Amino acid sequence: MKPPRENIYFVDGLPVPETPQPGEKPAPWRQTRVIGKARPRVDAYERVSGTAVYPSDVILPKMLYGAILRCPHPHAKVRRVDLTAATRLPGVHAAISGDSLKVNPEWEYRTFGGPTVKSLLFDPHCRHEGEVVAAVAAETPYLARDALAGIQVDYDVLPFVTDEQQALAPDAPVIHGDSNRVGPPQVYQRGDVAKGFGEADVVLTETYHTACELHTPMELHGCVAEWDGDRLTIWESTQGVFAVQSGVAKALGLPLSKVRIIGRYMGGGFGSKLVAGKYTVIAAILARQIGRPVKLVLSREETYLAVGNRPPNHMALKAGVKKDGRLTALDFTGTGSGGAYPAGGTSLLDWQVRDLYTCPNVRCETTDVYIHAGPARPFRAPGHPQGSWALEQMMDALAHAIKMDPVQLRLKNIPAFSQARDGQPPYTTTGFAACLQEGAKAFDWQQARLKPARGKADEVWLRGVGMAGASWFLGAGFGPATVVLRVFADGSVNLNMGAADIGTGTKTVMAMVVAEELGIKSDMIQIEHADTGSTQFSGPSGGSKTVPTDAPAARAAAVAVKRQLLAMAAVQLEEKAKRLTIRDGRIHSTGASDKAVGIAELKELKRQGVIVGVGQKGPRPEGKVVVPFAAQFCEVAVNRHTGELKIVRFLGANDSGRVMSRLTYDNQVYGGITMGIGFGTTEKRYLDHGQTGKLVNRNWHDYKLPTALDVPVDMTSLPIEMPDDQANIVGAKGLGEPVTIPTAAAIANAVFHATGIRVTTTPINPVQLSRLLAQHRKKE
Amino acid sequence: MADEHETNDRKGVTRRQFMTRVGVGAVAATVVGGPPAGRAEAAQVMRPGEMAKITLWINTRRHRLLVAPRWSLLYVIRERLGLTATKVGCERGECGACTVLVDDRPIYACMLLAVEAENKKITTLEGLMQGEQIGPVQDAFIQHDAFQCGYCTCGQIMAAEGLLRKNPRPADEAIPLAVSGNLCRCGAYPQIFKAVRAAADKRGDQ
Ligand code: FES
Ligand code: FES
Repeated sequence: MKPPRENIYFVDGLPVPETPQPGEKPAPWRQTRVIGKARPRVDAYERVSGTAVYPSDVILPKMLYGAILRCPHPHAKVRRVDLTAATRLPGVHAAISGDSLKVNPEWEYRTFGGPTVKSLLFDPHCRHEGEVVAAVAAETPYLARDALAGIQVDYDVLPFVTDEQQALAPDAPVIHGDSNRVGPPQVYQRGDVAKGFGEADVVLTETYHTACELHTPMELHGCVAEWDGDRLTIWESTQGVFAVQSGVAKALGLPLSKVRIIGRYMGGGFGSKLVAGKYTVIAAILARQIGRPVKLVLSREETYLAVGNRPPNHMALKAGVKKDGRLTALDFTGTGSGGAYPAGGTSLLDWQVRDLYTCPNVRCETTDVYIHAGPARPFRAPGHPQGSWALEQMMDALAHAIKMDPVQLRLKNIPAFSQARDGQPPYTTTGFAACLQEGAKAFDWQQARLKPARGKADEVWLRGVGMAGASWFLGAGFGPATVVLRVFADGSVNLNMGAADIGTGTKTVMAMVVAEELGIKSDMIQIEHADTGSTQFSGPSGGSKTVPTDAPAARAAAVAVKRQLLAMAAVQLEEKAKRLTIRDGRIHSTGASDKAVGIAELKELKRQGVIVGVGQKGPRPEGKVVVPFAAQFCEVAVNRHTGELKIVRFLGANDSGRVMSRLTYDNQVYGGITMGIGFGTTEKRYLDHGQTGKLVNRNWHDYKLPTALDVPVDMTSLPIEMPDDQANIVGAKGLGEPVTIPTAAAIANAVFHATGIRVTTTPINPVQLSRLLAQHRKKE
Repeated sequence: MADEHETNDRKGVTRRQFMTRVGVGAVAATVVGGPPAGRAEAAQVMRPGEMAKITLWINTRRHRLLVAPRWSLLYVIRERLGLTATKVGCERGECGACTVLVDDRPIYACMLLAVEAENKKITTLEGLMQGEQIGPVQDAFIQHDAFQCGYCTCGQIMAAEGLLRKNPRPADEAIPLAVSGNLCRCGAYPQIFKAVRAAADKRGDQ
């Protein structure tokens, strides 16, 4: 066995419990009665009625409000923290700093395949604006903020570097060790790129830049912590309760069993809520010290500084193509920064270049550097939208250069196997060609391209269409996951799983799986989830893992209870179990006889009171790899005077295997496109590199998210439904990430079609576009 | 009717769980009705640290409260009264998560001080419910899956409700505009538009 390898979301190569055992694999569903249908979510009522209690909604008796004092400088050392004035304020119950604590817990930053850097919860060496310096708890959030203002801190303000392109300059201040390189450059190579470029008819080179993007989920990062003796309960807005449990237990030196994390509802994370926050541990420390529960919810400004981002990246791509459309070579270099700690500044940045298209000669080199800025966290498809921004614009430019339809060019280079993985395993299924072809057809791509791209000189709005393709690195799910089902005497079911529902419809999908397999109504199913105290282990919901990991576990659990139910019915009906089937809550004979019994009428079930079935994640297919694919098409209009960009319509075609729940599927597609519109056209973190090194746009006024007026009303989701029975026992691949990867590049390609201008830097906002249009006019 | 063992009908659904333990201070909610017609009298002068005695009319109930003058309406609704359908996203008037109706108009509750909201008619999402029964806009949000994480949803519903109270038959273009002050990071906008359209059409039919 290969040694375990730290992956972006999980540890690869570690055996985890799996079901079903070989030979017990249930047959793939054929005609489904529930799966794939458009059904409202099982928790829709709670979410629209306001009865869903999100962690930030929790109010406990005697609860206090915590707040954190953060370093205002990008680089400084804390010399002294004076808490005296703060603690004297009425209504303030505690003020803490690194020095005031008996133990200042260790805090670790790790990157995947990179170094580990040890720091402290309150680290006196502040390496980015927003590092934690002190914290308080008071009767109201207002008083807590007053208390922060009363804390005196002496800083030694130190020189900083916040521009990743300056970080390797000889005079740049060094963040860790003796160089701002996080590690040696990562090099990937196959074939011989020099030879490949020699064989090409056209070779193009371009540089691309993507701005740092911030997650800013609607619910702020935060928690409520309460102690009961030595037992700690935390309501946390998180994608993974078990990940938070282990982070908190480690920081506080507690056994896992003493730390209970509850996160039944959560208001979005997108990768920024996969782990415990420093604020979580601080809330627990404050609550312990005072002996009262503490709610600690960050301010919006704090979330801009300290809870993750998508790293800024700079990329150069050289590509060679033959006249017939075959790629001959790709040479990619990329840099980026995950901020002041190892955080994957270039994680998976080159993956699309390495693996999306057939190309015999590929070289990729990536360099991750430190800067004095908040550390990155995985952000929906880490590295992929950035790499796609480069590769998919390059494909468009190549198509233009050889006068080929961009869809055709892509179709000429569809791989049947993963070229960049060890052993080049085949894909279990690939719907990439179908995404491109059927997407183009549904979009009416050929016709749309023919319409006059550049209008007459007096036309204000220039119209264009563009498209891009994508794959996502992790389609199979990962990590352990256990689901326990209990069938009660009346035939109703309790579904117990640790996975969070981050808005993707996890609960709905799992209930549909159980309803399908057991032939019962989903309102007979009660779900317990996302609570380390009462539900089964599952890894955090990230990396599009939940459906391909936890849904097979749910089906396996349903199969396990079904076997028991059928065995009971077989005895009662004096019929062979394999001749029995469950439908509408009744067990029927499929043979000639019309024997039937309701689940609630099973004598043995009544006697036992309950039966239990356990399911675990399924094994990965041997020698094959599971990869979801996507293609997106869009139409834009550009105001030739102001540079305003209107996105007129969008179509997303996805091969993510089986469609589990049609409403939540389409919702993911639209949501992914919307987020991609933000990445491509509105979002950028500005750091004041030259003067203060501080974050300039730390709110939604200055950092723009797409609003209702920035997305097209005309959006289409086109599922390319091909159940992937080799992937797992539900036939589904991940969806949440591929839906956002190609969006920005598709928009850029449409802008090129409209204007003849290739915009290589995100975001394509009016500021940039009006400047480029003016330059373009001069040239013409 | 092969797949009819699932019903979509969520009307009449009862609230299945409610786990906030509300631990708020003294609140008298004795009178049901609306605010008096007249406006508040001349402003009082207050000393530092002093609490103001105010009356808020929320969801037709009268709440007599002691508040600090700097407390926002959002803070009072959410943290003091435990009406947590009004969410918090930014506390600076940028996201709309805190949208409530003040005299039937959508307002960011974080941008109004509680003392400024005296004697105005305040409606939160809870006020759209008839007991456990949801209102038509809420029902349309369910049918059209107009949310993902659901955190912006209460605010979106209030913005839509505000639109429909003012303009029961909105043109299609009016809908995105009406919710453009409400961010949805999950990006459920197209379904929100559809839900608001459906709710408007349904009301129009009645
Ligand atoms: S919390 Fe009021 S607008 Fe964001
Ligand atoms: S549903 Fe998550 S922010 Fe709108």
